[in-house]
Amino acid sequence: MANADCIIIQGSNMAECHPVGFQWVAEAKARGAKVIHIDPRFTRTSAVSDKHLPIRAGSDVVLLGALINYVIANDLWFKEYVTAYTNAATLVHEDYRDAEDLGGLFSGFDPEKGAYDNSSWAYDEAEDGSIDEPAGPEHGAEAGARAAGDALGSGGPPLEHAEVLRDDTLQNPRTVFQILKRHYARYTPEMVRDMCGISEADFAYLAKTITENSGRDRTTCFAYAVGWTQHSLGAQFIRAAAILQLLLGNVGRPGGGIMALRGHASIQGSTDIPTLFNLLPGYLPMPSAGRHDTLEEYLAANASKSQKGFWADADAYTISLLKAWWGDAATADNDWAYDYLPRLTGAHGTYETVMSMLRDEVEGYFLLGQNPAVGSAHGRMQRLGMSHLKWLVVRDLNMIESATWWKDGPEIESGELRTEDIETEVFFLPAATHVEKAGSFTQTQRLLQWRHQAVAPPGECQSELQFFYELGHRIREKLADSQDERDRPLLDLTWDYPTDEHGDPDPESVLAEINGRHLTGPDAGKPLSAYTELRADGSTTAGCWIYTGVYAEGINHAASRKPGQEQGPAAPEWGWAWPANRRILYNRASADPAGKPWSERKKYVWWDAEQGKWVGDDVPDFPPTLAPGTKPDPSVGGPAALSGDDPFIMQSDGKGWLFAPKGLVDGPLPTHYEAQESPVANGLYPQQQSPARLKYARKDNLSAPSAGTPGAEVYPFVFTTYRLTEHHTAGGMSRWLPYLSELQPEMFCEVSPELAAERGLEPYGWATIISPRSAIEAKVLVTDRMRPLAVGGHTVHQIGLPYHWGVGSNAVVSGDAANDLLGVTLDPNVQIQESKVASCDIRPGRRPRGKDLLALVAEYQARAGLTIETGNRTVTAPAAEGKDPAGPDGHAEGGGK
Amino acid sequence: MAPRSFLQWPVVRQLTTGDLLGRGPSVTSPKTQAMTPRTATADRVVQSVCPYCAVGCGQRVYVKDEKVVQIEGDPDSPISRGRLCPKGSASEQLVNSPGRQTKVLYRAPRAREWQRLELSTAVEMIADRFIESRRRTWQQTDDHGRLLRRTMGIASLGGATLDNEENYLIKKLFTAAGAVQTENQARI
Repeated sequence: MANADCIIIQGSNMAECHPVGFQWVAEAKARGAKVIHIDPRFTRTSAVSDKHLPIRAGSDVVLLGALINYVIANDLWFKEYVTAYTNAATLVHEDYRDAEDLGGLFSGFDPEKGAYDNSSWAYDEAEDGSIDEPAGPEHGAEAGARAAGDALGSGGPPLEHAEVLRDDTLQNPRTVFQILKRHYARYTPEMVRDMCGISEADFAYLAKTITENSGRDRTTCFAYAVGWTQHSLGAQFIRAAAILQLLLGNVGRPGGGIMALRGHASIQGSTDIPTLFNLLPGYLPMPSAGRHDTLEEYLAANASKSQKGFWADADAYTISLLKAWWGDAATADNDWAYDYLPRLTGAHGTYETVMSMLRDEVEGYFLLGQNPAVGSAHGRMQRLGMSHLKWLVVRDLNMIESATWWKDGPEIESGELRTEDIETEVFFLPAATHVEKAGSFTQTQRLLQWRHQAVAPPGECQSELQFFYELGHRIREKLADSQDERDRPLLDLTWDYPTDEHGDPDPESVLAEINGRHLTGPDAGKPLSAYTELRADGSTTAGCWIYTGVYAEGINHAASRKPGQEQGPAAPEWGWAWPANRRILYNRASADPAGKPWSERKKYVWWDAEQGKWVGDDVPDFPPTLAPGTKPDPSVGGPAALSGDDPFIMQSDGKGWLFAPKGLVDGPLPTHYEAQESPVANGLYPQQQSPARLKYARKDNLSAPSAGTPGAEVYPFVFTTYRLTEHHTAGGMSRWLPYLSELQPEMFCEVSPELAAERGLEPYGWATIISPRSAIEAKVLVTDRMRPLAVGGHTVHQIGLPYHWGVGSNAVVSGDAANDLLGVTLDPNVQIQESKVASCDIRPGRRPRGKDLLALVAEYQARAGLTIETGNRTVTAPAAEGKDPAGPDGHAEGGGK
Repeated sequence: MAPRSFLQWPVVRQLTTGDLLGRGPSVTSPKTQAMTPRTATADRVVQSVCPYCAVGCGQRVYVKDEKVVQIEGDPDSPISRGRLCPKGSASEQLVNSPGRQTKVLYRAPRAREWQRLELSTAVEMIADRFIESRRRTWQQTDDHGRLLRRTMGIASLGGATLDNEENYLIKKLFTAAGAVQTENQARI
């Protein structure tokens, strides 16, 4: 970021939420970079930016789409970069119909399932076909259920092959470029004014600043956080920025890219080595029954040997993982123990799990440093779900609300639960802090950093490593004599880590297993140096293939600590970044197609013809000796099929995807839809909400009516949730610390002076905020930082709510939880909840206590006429613009359900 | 107490000692002069990483008598260059917070209060429950006879401040046990 000439921070309050990282923004600014903050609230980030643009929460795709339109319409895109490095020239199949043609839906929508059959979005193929996924198309309903988008964390979606059809003039109406141009043509500055509340002058400033700071000599960087992810189309917000950055040539170059500012020390690591239902380490999908019944089917579905790039070798990554887990029990004869893996049959994410708790299908639940009673959407559903468990294990540093809801939670106060009726057994096990154990975190730039142990944990505190090693040990001991075939995966599991004098496992030995080793040959037993050494014949192991190399030569590179001041800006000898210690991904794009830097100023990685290899300031993200002009036959497949101008080596065609023919379940191009709950009607399409969003029509998950439907006026305001500098998530690591509790002692809400006047809210007095799910109270902060926006001819008021507090009796500070107001509606690509925008009412005074609280919520629900249908229509008025809902060529989209 | 000479007035000292900004000797007392920072008397310094957000700031952990006495920013880190935010600066209190739990507690069904439990007993009880719930809720195949090999009766939700090595063991053990509903903060 320090190398950027312009930084757009949108969906993030970086100065307050990532303050130390923000020094690099400050540094860029000191060197002359422009910084623009786009956010519903004016924050400290805005205060030090060149400009703050207040935006209506949830309208980001309109703004980004308008920037894309501006860049194309004014011919400001980076022509050489776009033509060579993106899929702009690739032809899409003729069956494809855009949202422009179908009132906001793409071709292939299945209203019964509320999901797309995306086969018509495919690339065109010679001889009248289309380039499908290697295992054939997967219906969006199934792909969404396994949140298949998560599996794209290290490589792009697979294709049968990469023999695409191209029109390098970009004139063919079926080129990605022309489709893109048409799709965004109505995303205009006027639309931005009417939907986002950003004036045409401000839009012009933004567009001019970005485009003037992009090109050969200059680069623009975007930064976002959960302000973009926590929406019913969150993945598409980020896609929209990716399209813009590709058009401007800002990917794979210093000072470019899109920086995901993640909020937890190793949240990147916890997706790389996923404690997620739908992934195996290294973004390999968990197998699904029906699609991945055999190893052969699984491997065929993940990647084709005929596609380009390194993802074509996913078989080697998979089999090396199975060898790491099941050792000698994984043989060629038993398909490397593939059938030891459990199978998915649908959505088993955390929100689905809570709903299945309520159906008494879950007996036991582990909470490991997580406080869902406060931190997950719909806190009441979380707590009531836990009350149905037989047993609950909470492992934490402090006595969090998720451990004490049975005696002091909000449902005890409201009378919905009685302590003496709750059957759940609760185990509280104290955890070790970060200084009481050794191990690695992966930070937000994919950098692994090892922490050394400073002291032993006090009392009975244990690390997760100690606890799970011990638990696994005991389970295996208890099952040791079992003849039951179902216990084989546990008994055959490699679980023999070296232990210290206390019987605790050595964390470095686990890192070594993650890295992997040779099993045969002259190097048998030695650690692998790179993932390119992995083989599909059982001769290698790797617990997480993208991390292979972190333990090369038996050295813990995550512990590398050469001081930053003794290194260049990429600081390769501090920690280790996956993959292969690369600091900027796809950095081959920092040079032109001939391999020369785009400019002296933005020089990073280039082709050295004399040495016959790529060189530069970073580890080149490209086959090291693949010359720029190379044009292999694409049908050879794999890394060997990559051309000298295919910088996106993990993509199945080697190109950056402006248009996504595969991989997204809710549309190949980002398209603006309103949130599940919105006081504004979608000005772009008759389709109000994302038709493919995952909605849960239940009595305990009612939604507010959207604009133009009866009852919308009962919940007239938008609220958005956010973090403070002094607290961390649900407070488990901050509300128990006296220092931090003193700095931010109580729950509050931010409202504009106009809204305060309209509703009679007194500064520093109390307010009650009511949503269709719950009502909470907060102290009132009246501030100009919240600005009412003129949107579509009326005023939209937004309310800001920090979400760190919870109701309990053990923390230094407690208060009502903002997340209790939220419902559960999810992005279908990744199953993340929409928590950055929802509807509410606000009124002065404290909330009622006991049963009266439930009565207040019910009174609002009745007044708004809420039913489980409210807000949950899949397709809204497909014929509203006089378009044929059957589509121009007989596709049966819409249907007016 | 002897009357203090005006020469001891801080403003005079500021002028006479050249400490014009009042940040040096002019504002010290015998007591403050005798003080040493905790960082100077620590037995050892251990390099670590801040446990809060994902910027990954370097930390130096100062240990004396096997106790953490201070945590400061690590100037060697090319990411943070010695800086820490309020949370990172407060992380010594995360370790030594008076409210921190260090003992295992157990709440029996319908009980109104916690009771103490030995750690080893707790792990044994959890292992038993894990095995029983897994047996009771086992799904070998689906309605089409396709292999499932799993339990939907055990779930987990982790934070995202756990170590990679910890997540690895959790995923490995739960997957081998067939407990597919393993999730973390990244979903949220």
